[in-house]
Amino acid sequence: MAPRLESAERESVTDPMLPAPCRIQRVRNETDDTFTLELEPLNGNRLFSFRPGQFNMLYVHGVGEIPVSICGDPANTQTFFHTTRVVGTVTRAMRRLQVGDVLGVRGPFGSAWPVEEATGRDVVIVAGGIGLAPLRPAVHRLLAQRGRYGKVVLLYGARMPQDILFPRELERWRGKFDLEVYVTVDRATGAWRGNVGVVTTLIPRAPFDATNAIALTCGPEVMMRYVVRELQRRGVGSDHIYVSMERNMKCAIGFCGHCQYGPTFICKDGPVFRFDHIESIFGKAEV
Amino acid sequence: MKTTTLEPIIREQPFFSGFEEKYLKLIVSCARNVRFDEGHVLFREGDAAEQFYLVREGMVAVEVMVPQKGLVTVQTVSEGDVLGWSWLFPPYLWHFDARIIRPTRALAFDGKCLRTKCDKDHDLGYELLKRFTHIVVDRLEATRLQLMDLYGTQT
Repeated sequence: MAPRLESAERESVTDPMLPAPCRIQRVRNETDDTFTLELEPLNGNRLFSFRPGQFNMLYVHGVGEIPVSICGDPANTQTFFHTTRVVGTVTRAMRRLQVGDVLGVRGPFGSAWPVEEATGRDVVIVAGGIGLAPLRPAVHRLLAQRGRYGKVVLLYGARMPQDILFPRELERWRGKFDLEVYVTVDRATGAWRGNVGVVTTLIPRAPFDATNAIALTCGPEVMMRYVVRELQRRGVGSDHIYVSMERNMKCAIGFCGHCQYGPTFICKDGPVFRFDHIESIFGKAEV
Repeated sequence: MKTTTLEPIIREQPFFSGFEEKYLKLIVSCARNVRFDEGHVLFREGDAAEQFYLVREGMVAVEVMVPQKGLVTVQTVSEGDVLGWSWLFPPYLWHFDARIIRPTRALAFDGKCLRTKCDKDHDLGYELLKRFTHIVVDRLEATRLQLMDLYGTQT
């Protein structure tokens, strides 16, 4: 007969399929179609820890569940942040939520950015659009232990100046002497005095040593394809490039197979992959 | 009297990386140093394209006038970039506007002078064309990516 668990023990065993109720502490509109939720577990004693690059499954009661990357500072264990774009039924419902409303949260799940492995190297981060959100915890972690790395360079591309995510934070990071930030937009009118062009155009001139750099990239897959190509052209090896993939994740623990990507599951083996591990299937129409 | 030549400055430009010495000596007489203040309009669409620029420092916006929207910046060029290839092809007219958005130092190459030298020495012409083709291909690819609206919801 299986031993019976005492009630306290039962509580401490986390069922990865069981959403934990979390209360919305703050809602912030980032751009026209992008917003950030700050969440706190309803059980106030529970600390929330995650590794940069991981995601949670967010459940809007009665509507549905979606994977959203965690975008806050990993040093903050009291509350956690999710930034997402309004693209479907669940995110539309999520945007209507207000401070005090409760969401179901499962996670954190998935692999992480290699911030420890990057020790002693230059780090180049290439983000496009909302792809900056999953990279933000990595930037926080890199800055928290800044002395471990060589140059840290952030290249960010957005559609228009008004679509730039976390503009105040980007300005603050740019103001630091130990982080180089370059931002570009696809189109601009009026007062914009910065770069115009796709994010790939920033790579050839970015100040990092390609022979001793780790590159982290996140954005639409087509963008990452050209980013990888430009990084390789610059001399960064496939084994030093990391990409964050996105697919239709459902269970988040590798059971359901919805996010199968070749021989891997993105929810379990990803979302962060070393590029040489997926190079043979990356960019293929169907795998 | 001490004379200075632009040859060392031209040689250190990425665009001329690996360019043979004999060709550098040929084209140096077509180049001059230029400097522009912020707000200066370098050229306008339809103007005669008599030169191209190699930006040494600063930033230039390539713009197009869009009815109802005004001037839209479609690209910026900065240190190490080449601005303009309309000098290469008839009718030698600029297809866009170019405006200085940060004080800029550049090398300006006289298009007619270069074309004359290329006509006389086809090896030089081929070498220059290869380099410009590379830039045109890069720009075409970048433009295609821009057209895809990479960061939009549909990608």
